[in-house]
Amino acid sequence: MAENVLLRLEGITKTFGGIVALEGVDFEVRAGEVHALIGENGAGKSTLMKIATGVHHADRGRLLWKGQVVRLHTPRDAHRLGIRMVPQELTLVPQLSAGENIFLGCLPHRRGLFSWVRWKEAHERARALLRELGHDLDPTRPVSELSVAEQQLVEIARALAFEAELLIFDEPTSPLSEHETERLFQVIARLKARGIGVIYITHRIREIYRIADRVTVLRDGRHVLTRPIVETTPEELVRAMVGRELREHFPARGPRVIGEPLLRVERLSAPGRFYDVTFSVHGGEIVGLAGLVGAGRTELVEAIFGAREYTSGTIRIAGRPVVIRTPADAVRHGLALVTDDRKTKGLILTASVHTNIILPVHTRIAHLGLFLNARAERQLTERLIRELRVKTPSADHPVMLLSGGNQQKVILARWLATTPRIFLLDEPTRGIDVGAKAEIYEWIRRLADQGAAILLVSSELEELQRLADRILVMHRGRIVGELSREEATDDRILYLATGGGA
Amino acid sequence: MNRGVSSAFENAGRILHPDLILPLLRRFGPLLALLLMSGALALLSPHFLTFDNVLNVFRQSAINALLALGQLLVIITAGIDLSVGSILGLCCVVVAMLLKAGVPTPAAIVATFALGATLGMTNGLLFTKLRLPHPFIPTLGMMNVARGLALVLSGGFPISELPEDFRFWGAGAFAGIPMPVIIVLIVYALFHLFLTRTTIGRDIYAIGGNKQAALLAGIPVDRRLILVYAVSGGLAALGAIILAGRMNSGFPLAGVGAELDAIAAVIIGGASFFGGVGTVWGTLVGALIMGVLRNGLNLLDVSAYWQTTVIGIVIVVAVWVDVLRQRAVERRRALRA
Repeated sequence: MAENVLLRLEGITKTFGGIVALEGVDFEVRAGEVHALIGENGAGKSTLMKIATGVHHADRGRLLWKGQVVRLHTPRDAHRLGIRMVPQELTLVPQLSAGENIFLGCLPHRRGLFSWVRWKEAHERARALLRELGHDLDPTRPVSELSVAEQQLVEIARALAFEAELLIFDEPTSPLSEHETERLFQVIARLKARGIGVIYITHRIREIYRIADRVTVLRDGRHVLTRPIVETTPEELVRAMVGRELREHFPARGPRVIGEPLLRVERLSAPGRFYDVTFSVHGGEIVGLAGLVGAGRTELVEAIFGAREYTSGTIRIAGRPVVIRTPADAVRHGLALVTDDRKTKGLILTASVHTNIILPVHTRIAHLGLFLNARAERQLTERLIRELRVKTPSADHPVMLLSGGNQQKVILARWLATTPRIFLLDEPTRGIDVGAKAEIYEWIRRLADQGAAILLVSSELEELQRLADRILVMHRGRIVGELSREEATDDRILYLATGGGA
Repeated sequence: MNRGVSSAFENAGRILHPDLILPLLRRFGPLLALLLMSGALALLSPHFLTFDNVLNVFRQSAINALLALGQLLVIITAGIDLSVGSILGLCCVVVAMLLKAGVPTPAAIVATFALGATLGMTNGLLFTKLRLPHPFIPTLGMMNVARGLALVLSGGFPISELPEDFRFWGAGAFAGIPMPVIIVLIVYALFHLFLTRTTIGRDIYAIGGNKQAALLAGIPVDRRLILVYAVSGGLAALGAIILAGRMNSGFPLAGVGAELDAIAAVIIGGASFFGGVGTVWGTLVGALIMGVLRNGLNLLDVSAYWQTTVIGIVIVVAVWVDVLRQRAVERRRALRA
């Protein structure tokens, strides 16, 4: 068995300015193996992978590549050995074609003074690589036109073009829909069949059971376990990650009191984004919104919130038609929006936790609507930090130094401060660890129990199935179906989301 | 990462933790530089630390300080205002013409103020409502339009001999302190309160930190931006009133290149082009650093040509320090991801 080990990390220790990121961690991946690497945010997964790709250097410990001790000084050294990362934030050049991106830095060219590029050859070879991965993507298309899933494919093809033998995926499915995820898994299966080793970082335990051969859990910079996947249970993995028993991963749902429709959207259209969307959400109800990435769900909720334009249709709140031109209007009407991307659309990263929470309400509590009421603000944010159990040294701590889960709680705290009646939650648990996830689920349910109307957009079917009272399915900008809790199986949702019902 | 650096961090331990040091450096770095420079000049020239000379530095820095204050607001929102020098020039001409036409001083001052603010507001409206890609564009346009109008209205000649009660604001003194210095200190104090104690001030920082997130948090981003550019124009008009009073004339080429000095003062004062960061007092220190440099080099008999060269180097070094600081922050952020 030992001879097909591709990469082995032994006793890796790494500290940053006195903070221990990794302590004596062992990890290995074999050729033709998918090895899942899991752990909460801050557990050390990223640091470990940065050491494996030459971005960081271990303080102690060593790296072995096919049994030989190696030193990686730069990411280039790792590339030369055949270790490549498929990054979370893709690094393609949008103006160039897929094929050019694949061969960027080594385009096939003629020898001689001008080294003309052999375009035909480049695109032919790119096409062949993509086909090997099971896709018929046209390599002449510019990357800017490609979906995130297709761009990912280009990144993978690029790695193959450079003869990578070990690929590291960092949460590759978080921007993908379930359908695209399925296709990515097929690609990974092909990589495996070619004898390529895969390290797969994820927060989604369910995915591990779909594709991984072995799993390694890190917690607080330490190695907790490495085991063949068949010898583990999901509960065991969650326990290993958080180091304690989670009370209830998904809260059981009690019966709902369905009252007046608080939010009603009638025939809302924005050409090119969504068409003729009609639905209602009642107080006390959680309505799920499923669909593939690009189906128009984010565009729809942002339009309802006044952040995007729509051309026709009506929005009613508690029966009254309202005009919402800006998010400020939406806040006044009692709406809250948790955006799908907390870094670019949620937080002011340079500001403190306090500022981030207080922003939508500081005018409301200010003297004369202008002069900050420091004491009232402070009381409010301290209370919310306590209630939501945001882990921060103080309210004045920069929000960018918090973990993803805690940042998400800060955003939730911000909207709780405005005491809204309608919550639009767009991927509220994307990329956060299981512990924070469970807490946010509890909050969603609690808010519904207190009578709020909740529209929950999620690409995780399990999340929708456990939380939502009913699920709307969107496909290419239209709502193509509505499923009750009982009807909402994976198959039914995916069938509608991929256009099966249209 | 560099091993030497990381172990140095470790040895420094908890007290010199970068999370604490970096903001402090940004806050007091410019002040430290000003004090060091002043100390050196005091040693080199016996005239530097005299009461008259210090007042002189303040007075010479006043116009730049006012323009820089407006520029600070704009730069906090991650924008730039290239038009303030030209607005200053146009307002100089207009206020002189109004006074010459017999308009009473208070009315002329109010009208000039309104003109500056309106031109600034136009910048803001062009940027937000026409969705021009970057404030560079509308303010570059305004820079040319306002300068052109100043030349058209004046025919290219200075308009001199202004009334005594008007000249008081630029050339007069109260209790021995020149009016420009008094005005700058009052305006700076008010803006300090505005930026730190009001909701609008906080909104301005939030917009610079992350415009999209600020919008989605319910902040009226467009209204705030329009206000910021209007304030910048208004402060340029205030600068024009002081300058015209001091020079006893409205000169159409007044303030050529002043926008760049204002930007330099803001950046030297620790604000960041990335937006979301910057303080009123830092900007005052930035303007004073430039004033002290000019004054000190004068006292040391260094030619005016060299002064420009030195100031250029100071700007680049100040921004380079900002970049280093930003990189250190990024690196710490990456570690936690």
